[in-house]
Amino acid sequence: MLKIENLEAEIDGKAILKGLNIEVNAGEVHAIMGPNGAGKSTLANVIAGKEEYEVTGGNIELNGEDLNELAPEERAHNGVFLSFQYPVEIPGVSVTNFIKTAINETRKAKGLEDMPAKDMLKMIREKSELLEIDRKFLGRSLNEGFSGGEKKRNEIFQMAMLEPKLAILDETDSGLDIDALRIVANGVNKLKSKDNAVIVITHYQRLLDYIVPDFVHVLHDGKIVKTGDASLALELEAKGYDWIKQELV
Amino acid sequence: MSKYTEEQLEEELKTQEYKYGFYTDIESDTFPVGLNEDVVRAISKKKNEPEWMTEWRLEAFRVWEQMEEPEWANVHYEKPKFQDIAYYSAPKQKPKLNSLDEVDPDLLETFKKLGISIDEQKKLANVAVDIVMDSVSVATTFKKTLGEKGIIFMPISEAIQEHPELVKKYLGTVVPTKDNFYAALNSAVFSDGSFCYIPKGVKCPMELSTYFRINEGGTGQFERTLVVADKGSYVSYLEGCTAPMRDENQLHAAVVELIALDDAEIKYSTVQNWYPGNKEGKGGVYNFVTKRGLCENNAKISWTQVETGSAVTWKYPSCILKGNNSVGEFYSIAVTNNFQQADTGTKMIHLGKNTKSTIISKGISAGKSQNSYRGLVQINSRAENARNFSQCDSLLMGNECGAHTFPYIETKNKSAQIEHEATTSKIGEDQLFYCNQRGIDTEKAIALIVNGFSKEVLNKLPMEFAVEAQKLLEISLEGSVG
Repeated sequence: MLKIENLEAEIDGKAILKGLNIEVNAGEVHAIMGPNGAGKSTLANVIAGKEEYEVTGGNIELNGEDLNELAPEERAHNGVFLSFQYPVEIPGVSVTNFIKTAINETRKAKGLEDMPAKDMLKMIREKSELLEIDRKFLGRSLNEGFSGGEKKRNEIFQMAMLEPKLAILDETDSGLDIDALRIVANGVNKLKSKDNAVIVITHYQRLLDYIVPDFVHVLHDGKIVKTGDASLALELEAKGYDWIKQELV
Repeated sequence: MSKYTEEQLEEELKTQEYKYGFYTDIESDTFPVGLNEDVVRAISKKKNEPEWMTEWRLEAFRVWEQMEEPEWANVHYEKPKFQDIAYYSAPKQKPKLNSLDEVDPDLLETFKKLGISIDEQKKLANVAVDIVMDSVSVATTFKKTLGEKGIIFMPISEAIQEHPELVKKYLGTVVPTKDNFYAALNSAVFSDGSFCYIPKGVKCPMELSTYFRINEGGTGQFERTLVVADKGSYVSYLEGCTAPMRDENQLHAAVVELIALDDAEIKYSTVQNWYPGNKEGKGGVYNFVTKRGLCENNAKISWTQVETGSAVTWKYPSCILKGNNSVGEFYSIAVTNNFQQADTGTKMIHLGKNTKSTIISKGISAGKSQNSYRGLVQINSRAENARNFSQCDSLLMGNECGAHTFPYIETKNKSAQIEHEATTSKIGEDQLFYCNQRGIDTEKAIALIVNGFSKEVLNKLPMEFAVEAQKLLEISLEGSVG
């Protein structure tokens, strides 16, 4: 599904990704771990197409299509979803209105009619139940005055509504208490299928107790330096990242 | 209007040129350019006005001649050459129309382009439309239904003929002829406008609506609107405007007077979409308007406006809270793009006891435009327990536009409670990227963010108007992000 080869990217002239390789197939869950400043969030933003990041080398392909050629909204239309580490506020725009616009814009890009209000309502009901979201929450302005947990739950709610092929969860566990973490992880697990893939970006092993990855990658200084199965995450938790760094020397 | 789909909305977004930039070739009856006492007399004669009206106009003209054009507003423009304007232009029409069939087909075509289907509106929207086309009303509908309730809704020129006692009693009582330069000019030369009277205790069963349109190149439009709500009555009045694309600047100097007697309520909503000039700032309408309402005891006046058009706007819908317990409200969205300039706001004059006013102003600036809020809250010495709440929010797009706030507060009574809040924000790259990532392109994202920002005011508009206003916001901000 996703194939990244020798990816190099920089921001403000500073190289962050320095020849990164990763391949993710449908039905898989990948975890990307690494110390602060390794380039984890950069990777997420580069896949999503944030303009500030300049790709200086390598390829990103999604189902054979070169993502680099596409605008961020086109990548979204093709099934890329990013759960933001810091979701932005949009005052006066309700969660419902926002997700309705997102769904219908995506449908429009595919030449489809707007989703009938009846279907939209049904879907909203289903997905908000899945994530234990209160109805009142849906009428609030997007992320305005949301707690950390509410923001992240809202991200996963949007993911559930948009049904992406590739979901990237950027530090979704940060700011979550243990109950919220469980709800969010449950949601992600229920949305998993053989047709979609998830990349979980995280600093800590905690989230991976709930969302069990098929592969764990360690990102260090802009490159994947080690890949293993779920046990690698436990090892990292026990030994810390210094162990990897020393191994590299 | 009721079924407004996303496709239609998208279609609007694609339209880069000013949508209503057409010009209908209807044979017009236009005065030669220039202004003097003879022209004023001729206008009055043309309208078959009684002597008192002619004198009223002449007095206003004499006052105007002594006045200077105001310069205190935060706008810069080439001043109109008042002697180069034709002060009267009316579509030639049959003397009296019994039905729409008798209206000039070209004129009906123009209405069609504007999306005003009179028949449809009659049936669906429950709106009585008094269309003002180049200064003279050509179609008045629903007169009969309104008539049964004793409501008078007609062109002011007709009201002068048919209800001279009412017009004479109220005209110029809220905005005196000598109030300001443009009000004086309007008083001297106004060609038409609307008159509305709601009798005691009557709740007007429908929204009253007037569509204004400037059509003849080079003619200024001087509308005069007078709305009187008698004791205990209620009316909601809608004013929507469009104008064809013209190269030279067009002057518009309207006067609107509202009078809410004891226990009456007037809701006055405006969507203004006059030609703002092109992307280089050439052309566009000058909109210098005086709007003011007077509240007697327990009366309420609400102004709601969505201002997206005009090259230069100078407009301060105000409330004089004369009666005890009276309420004044001002809800405003002002959008400026490219080289547009707007200096707009309100005045809340608290005279009575326990008077209350609310001001919510949303300014959105894009391109190289300048958007100013100018507001006065005045609490007079006898106004015990007066309250005001003001909120002025500005949203900036890009780095070349400006937002300015000039709030003035004058209090002569210690019991007054006044709150003022102001914010300035910018549409951020992060917000746009967030929307993009959800599949929403930048143009649509801006529309979404702007509508969210304006929500408190949009919510105050009657339903059909709110939909139209949202559309206008999107059209007005097209291409504002590169």
